[in-house]
Amino acid sequence: MADSQGPLWEVFVQKKAGQPFVHCGNLHAFDKEMALQNSRDLYTRRGEGMALWVVLSSNIVSSSPEDIGSFFEPSNDKIFRHPTFYQIPDGVGHM
Amino acid sequence: MSIILVKRALNPYICCAGMKARLNMSVNVEELFESKLAKNDIIEPKDWMPENYRKHLIRQISQHAHSEIVGMLPEGNWITRAPSLRAKLVLLAKVQDEGGHGLYLYTAAESLGTSRDEMLDALHTGKAKYSSIFNYPTLTWADIGAIGWLVDGAAIMNQVMLQRTSYGPYARAMVRICKEESFHQRQGYEVMTKLSFGTPEQKEMAQDALNRWWYPTLMMFGPPDAESPNSDNAIKWRIKRETNDQLRQRFVNQTIPQIEYLGLTCPDKSLKWNEAKKGYDFSEPDWAEFKNVIHGNGPCNKERLVSRNKSHKDGEWVRAAASEFARKQNESTAA
Repeated sequence: MADSQGPLWEVFVQKKAGQPFVHCGNLHAFDKEMALQNSRDLYTRRGEGMALWVVLSSNIVSSSPEDIGSFFEPSNDKIFRHPTFYQIPDGVGHM
Repeated sequence: MSIILVKRALNPYICCAGMKARLNMSVNVEELFESKLAKNDIIEPKDWMPENYRKHLIRQISQHAHSEIVGMLPEGNWITRAPSLRAKLVLLAKVQDEGGHGLYLYTAAESLGTSRDEMLDALHTGKAKYSSIFNYPTLTWADIGAIGWLVDGAAIMNQVMLQRTSYGPYARAMVRICKEESFHQRQGYEVMTKLSFGTPEQKEMAQDALNRWWYPTLMMFGPPDAESPNSDNAIKWRIKRETNDQLRQRFVNQTIPQIEYLGLTCPDKSLKWNEAKKGYDFSEPDWAEFKNVIHGNGPCNKERLVSRNKSHKDGEWVRAAASEFARKQNESTAA
């Protein structure tokens, strides 16, 4: 039986211009306009945001926990990507 | 690699059976789960988890969601009769919040593999439980004050603990809920303050509400630890971090000075400060009554279920129309 509440949408809120959109939760809605209006009513009743994104949950592609090792491993052994890897002479001052 | 990832991601929430089988071959998933709990790490929807942990959470979170939704009914009873426009606006906002809390919790439970329909069906057929407190009637305006102050106060005590529960979506829902609940408790205490410092009749009304809500509120924390069937696992899995009795004691300690400030009397005649434990000794609620109400025989159980079923049924044409509208929109976009 189809879910009588419509599909699931993920909701992202931007607190104010210049800040990133942050995932805040999800809700059911039948279409995108309803998803946007319901998100406003559900997630921004107290000035939590000035902009909203909604996206169908089924459109989200995500990594899987059991891939953590192989998927993110390439970043672990490259300490030269961090500024602290490099030695700068004391006399140079702040860099 | 990327194709496999996309396939697995079809449902962003649930691990499929094949993945579990594959996992079992490589690492001991159960040990991994236990070690995460031991480190206070959070379990997320796609992580492997024992079936009983999943079941326990579905039961607890859906009951919590049902309690929020059914909790709208006793308070909604007073929206049309609120004593001022201010009081009416506040109560509307509060009842709307409760509806929102229900929605946060339902989707948190859905991330564990149950559906909204299944949960609503369980509620509407009387199979699912919700907090016994909402089966008591709201007879006077003072009851709205008592609910906000005592019932929401007790709920907050439980929910503050649950902000650190081991399941990520539940914890995140609790953080949002706790932010909103503090308004609820304060508005309730404001109502009690106005009545307690008003006319003698108003004060009497406040005392009567306290008398009727005190013990049902103490029941909200659940049966005593020694008789609580689900507590052991809940603590072991860090779903709960404190026991029913610990939370109940803290609630009593916190609430008695608030009763005294109002000039009201706690209905528990044997309540006494215990210096050794730095807390109050208090009488247990009538646990036979608790069981009776949980099993459907409270003053308002039938009324609550009838209201919920009616409201769901009344909304049926709206859902059907919205669904059909969405289908047509999609068709015209595709064409």
